[in-house]
Amino acid sequence: MKKKRKLYVFLVRAAMYACTALTVFLLFFLLGYVFIKGIPHITWELLSTKPSYLADRIGILPDILNTIYIILATLVIVLPLGVGAAIYLTEYAKNRKTVAVIEYAAETLSGIPSVIYGLVGMLLFSNNFGTSLLAGALTLAIMNLPTVMRTTQESLKTVPQSYREGAFGLGAGKWRVIRTVVLPGCVDGIITGCILSVGRILGESAALLFTAGFAHVLNGILTGLTSPGATLTVALYVYAKEEGEFGVAFAIAAILMILTLLINLSATLVGKYFAKRRNA
Amino acid sequence: MSSILTAEDLNLWYGETHALKNINMEIPDKSITALIGPSGCGKSTFLKTLNRMNDLIPSVKITGNVTYNGHSIFDKDTDVNTLRRNVGMVFQKPNPFPMSIYDNVAYGPRTHGFENRVKLDETVEQALRDAAIWEEVKDRLKKNALGLSGGQQQRLCIARALAVRPKVLLMDEPTSALDPISTSRIEELALQLKEKYAIIIVTHNMQQAVRISDHTAFFLLGELIEYGKTEDIFSQPQDQRTEDYITGRFG
Repeated sequence: MKKKRKLYVFLVRAAMYACTALTVFLLFFLLGYVFIKGIPHITWELLSTKPSYLADRIGILPDILNTIYIILATLVIVLPLGVGAAIYLTEYAKNRKTVAVIEYAAETLSGIPSVIYGLVGMLLFSNNFGTSLLAGALTLAIMNLPTVMRTTQESLKTVPQSYREGAFGLGAGKWRVIRTVVLPGCVDGIITGCILSVGRILGESAALLFTAGFAHVLNGILTGLTSPGATLTVALYVYAKEEGEFGVAFAIAAILMILTLLINLSATLVGKYFAKRRNA
Repeated sequence: MSSILTAEDLNLWYGETHALKNINMEIPDKSITALIGPSGCGKSTFLKTLNRMNDLIPSVKITGNVTYNGHSIFDKDTDVNTLRRNVGMVFQKPNPFPMSIYDNVAYGPRTHGFENRVKLDETVEQALRDAAIWEEVKDRLKKNALGLSGGQQQRLCIARALAVRPKVLLMDEPTSALDPISTSRIEELALQLKEKYAIIIVTHNMQQAVRISDHTAFFLLGELIEYGKTEDIFSQPQDQRTEDYITGRFG
């Protein structure tokens, strides 16, 4: 009896160790594989030039810039909309039932496959003013709107009611209370929502394949927004799938992974910074 | 006596709950009025009606009237922000804003368009002196208010309320979250402040009502049972229920 039990414990433990080991191995294998295959191809020339058939060279500077443009444009569109909607729904709206329905809908929307946003964005934006970074940014704005709105709402709700009461009790109007007491208390939530959105934009490819196109032309931000362009993720797809340039594809993959790491790190740091400031 | 706030046939419902029933009460200027009664008797609700803080709760319905200096506070042309400026409030739990001590006190004056730096400094200092906390904070005005002790935070909240120069100060159990030493400081402060303001204080502490108030109102189940001079209420209550409550037979 005792022997049987010992064997059982041994087997369960062994199985758990094996699962953990496999998970860790897969994770490090993926990281290592991408870095080993990618990092040797990251050269200054790759980062700082545009592709040229004449010089027989590939550069991803346009893709880097396109990624930055699309992140900026998306945030400029999504921030005021998302934060504004969150303020209205949390602070002003009186009909709690409608608000609950809207919140539920927003949560559902944030779980929809991005390819669907791409399809809608193509019909709504690209078909009207052409395949362009702007069409891509608008599509991504719609895609990130629920996330930004919900994270802002949640952080608005964490601002203690007693702050609002204190300010109202001094004769402050609603907007002044929100601007001077409520919003400063949830800046960290809004910034965290933004950082999460940047991560999503950085990693998005499906929705952009439909709407922003594949071009590798070097543009300034204004011409860039009105012309088609590939972001890093789209460029990765194009170089790997259509041009067979696996070295470049892995270089981009390594860059994206480093950027994702940095974004997660900054989200953690922002959270810590504000937690510290609040307790100071 | 001249009354600064008057309730006339005041009724209040939270949804279906009838929380205040036909309250008629005249509150005198430049004195302390204590509201006593067991939990849920409506005294806090009554207090929050006086500066319309109940507006923040969606399901509240009110009939009857409250006048401040003869004007109905529910009137269409009464500006609720002006009303709250004149009828200030100190809450049960100290609730300083998460900003500097200075900015906390300056919040009210700034809200009402007071920007002149020198005058603002004077107002802040005066309010902190009036709230008997100036000596403790004068060297750390730029420090975050949340670093103060509970008793200091409550006196800061009083200073914050005084900085807009109200006429009436509503205090909702202002010492229930404080230690005995802080409590007695707030009580002394209230006694000084009644020279300039009408103070209405909700308290669960009978001794406190006796120590500081001029008039006492006893609430029970949403009704105003008895209201009169504090010494009369506590020495010869007219109503059996008042006597039962102040002698500790219930509540």
